[in-house]
Amino acid sequence: MNELSVDHLLGIKDVTENDIRLIFQTADQFKEVINRPIKKVPSLRDITIANLFFENSTRTRLSFELAEKRLSADVVNFSASSSSVSKGETLIDTVNNILSMKVDMVVMRHPNPGAAQFLSKHIDARIVNAGDGTHEHPTQALLDAYSIREKLGDLSGKKVVIVGDILHSRVALSNIFCLQKLGAEVMVCGPTTLIPKFIHTLGVRVEYNLDKALAWCDVANMLRVQHERMDIKYFPSIREYTMQYGVNMERLNRLDKEITIMHPGPINRGVEITSEVADSDQALILQQVENGVAIRMSVLYLLANRGLVSSGD
Amino acid sequence: MVIKTLIGPVEIDVILKRLACQLVENHNDFKNTVLIGLQPRGIPLLERLTSILQSDYGVSNIPVGRLDTTFYRDDFRRRDEPLKANQTRIDFLVEGKRVVFVDDVLFTGRSIRAALDAILSFGRPHEIELMVLIDRRFSRELPIQPDYVGRQVDSIASERVKVEWDTEGAENKVSIVQIEGDE
Repeated sequence: MNELSVDHLLGIKDVTENDIRLIFQTADQFKEVINRPIKKVPSLRDITIANLFFENSTRTRLSFELAEKRLSADVVNFSASSSSVSKGETLIDTVNNILSMKVDMVVMRHPNPGAAQFLSKHIDARIVNAGDGTHEHPTQALLDAYSIREKLGDLSGKKVVIVGDILHSRVALSNIFCLQKLGAEVMVCGPTTLIPKFIHTLGVRVEYNLDKALAWCDVANMLRVQHERMDIKYFPSIREYTMQYGVNMERLNRLDKEITIMHPGPINRGVEITSEVADSDQALILQQVENGVAIRMSVLYLLANRGLVSSGD
Repeated sequence: MVIKTLIGPVEIDVILKRLACQLVENHNDFKNTVLIGLQPRGIPLLERLTSILQSDYGVSNIPVGRLDTTFYRDDFRRRDEPLKANQTRIDFLVEGKRVVFVDDVLFTGRSIRAALDAILSFGRPHEIELMVLIDRRFSRELPIQPDYVGRQVDSIASERVKVEWDTEGAENKVSIVQIEGDE
């Protein structure tokens, strides 16, 4: 199998285990490319990609942009805050206008769940979901699983706990789908108010005690507390959250094994994890960022390889 | 599918020894030379060559790499079958070096064009030579010619030249395969 089974990357739920393995295999080659003296290949030189960010993002947008440029694609950037969206233009109108400029692929982040799905039904270009509300963030899940695979080998049978604000996290949902498809066991851990009520129906374990969760797992993926998505108080104070669900060295030293710590960023240092943990050898955070570019190159390359884009043949 | 054997194991041995000999004549002690096998099918030829260079001429320290050209091809998204990327491994600098590309069959020349593009990502070599086991002459689409040739073969577009190596009990063999129903 040299080809993805999907035309768009809307979420991990839609892709197969084979797709994920193909993305990883191709990312291995791109990782080699981005460590060369000249970090660029001409694969997508006839493709134009629009990065449509209807919601603020720094690292995901930079990571996609770098991936696109390293594949030699032409890139146009759009951010909602400085556009006609603030004048009341609809999503389809905005995107159609951009597509009239002959764009072949769209990377989109949007505050509303399902926005990428909706768009894929109305326009011809390939779509990569770069985060839609609290729904999915597929490339983040792919790079997380890829980073775990790189450090610990095949994911089958590995135990991963996702800690923190599961309720507002698109990273958590995509991670759960991705890790399960690759055979890992997944647990979620956080305050009761931030764990969705029916999350166990996805086949994940639920644990409210961080120390028990850490004792169980091989990898702990610490999520950011998303204050911007919280319209009410979900826990009494940041200090209390940190005491209950923050990872520090003392907690890790109490374990009889060394676990791997991940964080999708940006880190609230001293809240989810202490600086000491974030900067330790146990943390995979910077590897995650490097792998993010390789994974995104792989996804864009493979989607373009689906062959339906206007290539002039 | 009709198959016709072109070269048998004995002749392949002779060809390999001659190619190794030609390399030695041109590169002496290989002080500034690197050998690059083109993925995937140039690798078995490269392995056999380096083994002869070592056993017959005592040359053992040549830097050897493997180069995959998938991301540099000009027929990306124009093929029936999607291409699968292979591993590139070049753990040395090619800047100022004499590079020899090694591949099994030279056909249209497009892989070599891609390889020329790809190698420049690793630095600027002093010169680049091309060694192939089989040169399918008269089928070139680009102005690319090999420096070292095992055997020249005349074939038409609907034929495929297949190189098999003596792994898993098989023997070294080059054959022409006529693909029925091909254009």
